[in-house]
Amino acid sequence: MNLARYGHCLRGVVSRELLRFVHQRSRFVAALVRPLVWLFVFAAGFRMALGVAMTEPYQTYVLYEVYIVPGLVGMIQLFNGMQSSLSMVYDREMGSMRVLLVSPFPRWYLLVSKLLAGTLVSIVQVYVFLAIAYLYGVQAPLAGYVLVLPALVVTGFMVGALGMLLSSFVRQLENFAGIMNFVIFPMFFLSSALYPLWRIREGSYLVYQLAAFNPFTYAVEMIRFAMYERFHAEAVSISLVTTVVLLGLAILAYNPARGMMARKGGSGE
Amino acid sequence: MATTGVLEQGERDEPPGDEPALSVRDLGFSYSGQPVLESLSFVLRAGEFAVLLGPNGAGKTTLFSLITRLYAYRQGGICIGGHDLNRHSVQAHARMGVVFQQPTLDLDLTVRQNLTYHAALHGMAPAEARRRASLQLARVGLQDSLRQRVRHLSGGQRRRIEIARGLLHDPQLLLLDEPTVGLDIASRRALVDHVHQLCREQGVAVLWATHLIDEVHPDDRVIVLHRGQIRADGSVTEVVSHAGSASIGEAFDRLTQGAAR
Repeated sequence: MNLARYGHCLRGVVSRELLRFVHQRSRFVAALVRPLVWLFVFAAGFRMALGVAMTEPYQTYVLYEVYIVPGLVGMIQLFNGMQSSLSMVYDREMGSMRVLLVSPFPRWYLLVSKLLAGTLVSIVQVYVFLAIAYLYGVQAPLAGYVLVLPALVVTGFMVGALGMLLSSFVRQLENFAGIMNFVIFPMFFLSSALYPLWRIREGSYLVYQLAAFNPFTYAVEMIRFAMYERFHAEAVSISLVTTVVLLGLAILAYNPARGMMARKGGSGE
Repeated sequence: MATTGVLEQGERDEPPGDEPALSVRDLGFSYSGQPVLESLSFVLRAGEFAVLLGPNGAGKTTLFSLITRLYAYRQGGICIGGHDLNRHSVQAHARMGVVFQQPTLDLDLTVRQNLTYHAALHGMAPAEARRRASLQLARVGLQDSLRQRVRHLSGGQRRRIEIARGLLHDPQLLLLDEPTVGLDIASRRALVDHVHQLCREQGVAVLWATHLIDEVHPDDRVIVLHRGQIRADGSVTEVVSHAGSASIGEAFDRLTQGAAR
């Protein structure tokens, strides 16, 4: 097998994901409305109650809207990652995943291609959101919009791999509600997306500790610092390590010999 | 042939043509301690149309899941075109096309987009993918639907597109897992006849799983699977006489007694 064929395969997986995204306008709208509601409604309401004192990487006191934008970027990617991975399950119980896996390319390559495709879709959503936020007045330095790109790639892979790992356990669509309650919400709320860690610590030491253990906190901080042209070494390394570990587990879960697939059994026959 | 699919020319041309399209040898599989398949063995040659006949729960889908490597087997072996599935999965998978029991086309995409996606999964360049998509669609009589969204097509048309997709990379073996589920009688008959014709014309080996007797043609090979075991394997006449019955329907009933259908 030569490299060009790997390229054709990757291009095929990515363009399918983008085409599906283009055709599912309601999904795009939902993906945008969710963070925009937070930005316009939640943040506007809370800016009085919760001024954010000077905190890294901001050079000055910032409005609450400004503070939560990186967290909302993370939220877009979190939802998208869960959705695109779990859609493989609820596309009639593994239908599209089966199609992907009968390809003769190595499985790890197919899964990584799939994750890259999902990540690109989430990045499109993020930039549209950032553009609206920019017009609304939440403006980061222009270079920050370029520097944030690698952080978005890492975050996209991290949450996509998590979704993929979960998808190997989950069998049906109903379970998406469970994923919302037990994965997406805790990851989002128990993180620095809505409040800085030091602020959480003042409120509850337990919640602070949970947030400090939550890899999503580091993904959000990585995005936040990158947007303001700063490099947060700790956040980047924790995010990278988490991504690699989740990716490894997801690939293992889809390995026919060792993973969950064999134990999960067939569709009744 | 040289520039298609994942394999290079050299890889594709060997092994010599007398290798069976599919060979299953002493295959066993258990699921949570319960044996689902017990020492299955059969060989399928190019141009052969074999109906894998079994009641629901016989283990047909499990067998397909093992051949498509959704699960791994630990007992026995599967070779496709002479390539061991566990050791040379790339070569083995490149020679196999599949039509799954559940529909797997993207409804919002066009027929061409669905087909070129599959071609890309087999490493084909876009131009080659488009050429083959047109060719295979013409073979299933749907050349005019290239730009149509799959959503706007009938169930029978969707199935034919999935068959065109399964044949896109020129496989030696085509697997179909209860492909007529959800189709009306006329489309069902048309599909069965159509795949028989493809089998004759293209020399591809076909393994067609079903629990419906009327999908068996008189000159087909029939493999009766029941409770994870092969109960009979041979031409329709052989299976009927083996069961001591008057017809294939009666033979099937007799060989699968006790099955809930």
